[in-house]
Amino acid sequence: MSSATDSGEIPITVDFSGGLEMLFDNQRRHSVSLPAVGTGGQPANIAFLIQHLCKNFMKDPRAELFVLDNHIRPGILVLINDADWELEGEEAYEIQPHDNILFVSTLHGG
Amino acid sequence: MAPALCVNCKTERALIKRPKNHAKLCKVCFIAIFEDEVHHTITSSQLFQPGEKVAIGASGGKDSTVLASVLKTLNERHEYGLDLVLLSIDEGIKGYRDDSLETVKRNAVQYDMPLTVVGYDELYGWTMDQVVETIGKKGNCTYCGVFRRQALDRGAKMLGIKHVVTGHNADDVAETVLMNLLRGDLARLSRSTSIVTGDDRSEVKRSKPLKYSYEKEIVLYAHHKKLDYFSTECIYSPEAFRGSARSLIKQLERVRPTAILDIVRSGEDMARLVPGESPSSCACKGNKTSPMVPAEDDIGGCGSQNGRTSGNEMAAMDKQLRENEAHEGLEVDVAMVMSESKNNGVKKHKEVPIRSGNGTSKSAPRQVRGNCSRCGYMSSQEICQACMLLEGLNKNRAQIQI
Repeated sequence: MSSATDSGEIPITVDFSGGLEMLFDNQRRHSVSLPAVGTGGQPANIAFLIQHLCKNFMKDPRAELFVLDNHIRPGILVLINDADWELEGEEAYEIQPHDNILFVSTLHGG
Repeated sequence: MAPALCVNCKTERALIKRPKNHAKLCKVCFIAIFEDEVHHTITSSQLFQPGEKVAIGASGGKDSTVLASVLKTLNERHEYGLDLVLLSIDEGIKGYRDDSLETVKRNAVQYDMPLTVVGYDELYGWTMDQVVETIGKKGNCTYCGVFRRQALDRGAKMLGIKHVVTGHNADDVAETVLMNLLRGDLARLSRSTSIVTGDDRSEVKRSKPLKYSYEKEIVLYAHHKKLDYFSTECIYSPEAFRGSARSLIKQLERVRPTAILDIVRSGEDMARLVPGESPSSCACKGNKTSPMVPAEDDIGGCGSQNGRTSGNEMAAMDKQLRENEAHEGLEVDVAMVMSESKNNGVKKHKEVPIRSGNGTSKSAPRQVRGNCSRCGYMSSQEICQACMLLEGLNKNRAQIQI
């Protein structure tokens, strides 16, 4: 489970949809090189990815539309390689090289 | 974590965890089950008649896009014999509706359905941009909501269609149940849970085939079927109270996903306790009729759910509108006492016995229904809400011009 730690970064793609792209430069797909080791020294997981995205990719001051109380805002779905993150361990899921992580909001109207 | 297998086919990898029962499903089984459940709602509530012409209220958003897609699929699969068309409302908000209308235009091609767009400007002589210019941002949601409810009906009438379906989902219904509970408005709560609103007198009936579908599953359905939808936020958004109700529901869902359908069911059960209200529910629960309630109080909301500012003025406007409604029909006792103490000239309330709640009695008249003396639209008052609001707006415009 540490195939990418040699390079120090894990290449992944992150998608935003359902209105979340507005917070990230109006861009749906981002290629992200995620540090392989998180802040606490453990392997990078979804919780760390969320912090990383907020710090480095969010172009909108309204962070609360994405993160509330340090967790993903309720009503935003997270899909890890197309699977509901609830099936994958949610925030604790350890990111693998070439993963696709999709954040899709259910909160916005039509 | 080893990948879980679909509990249905037991071969494919599970991609979805259902909020209603935690079942883990693969993509193909999820799509099939989602469609089957909507079909069950449609058949058990006897929503459609063969040969019926039905307008889908289409905004280009996830709910109405999924509704159009599912109805097209089911109509072909189960031979409902429906003639489906798309009906969109253009509120006249620059930079908001334009993109979503483009999406609806693509949907019309994708689903091979004719599209009609009706604008507030042609219906009312006012675009929402002009309304906001006149009254300011606060309270504008009330105008937009009142106008929209009529606009769909009027659009349908123009097309000679008597049935409009909307994409309201379980989360929307739960949100409205909660809001009416918090307002102490049981009569409205009861009406909001009904799957069909409007009756023979109202010319156009409304229904919500996705009433039992989780918003989460609607979004996942759209994602896995790669549907083309557009997400947007109204630029005049804040409807603070609805926003708070929505946030609460989403937080509850996080802790206990079944909470959403439980609130919907609680709303239906409470509706049965409201005198004269005839709640709709699945026919498989023993209710064979498809009861209808007046459409005026249909679910509001416009997708502006973030609630970033306070909505006091909007609440005040809402309150004023409600007080203007003559409480001629049934209301809960608390509402009666309150309205009697406030309004001296209100007509006497009719005494209606509380039903035993065995589901066999017919729907009792709750509001004296007539037509607006100005526009002819169904209204329980002399002048309908839209005409009242327009009167205020037009006075304002006159003043500005002088």
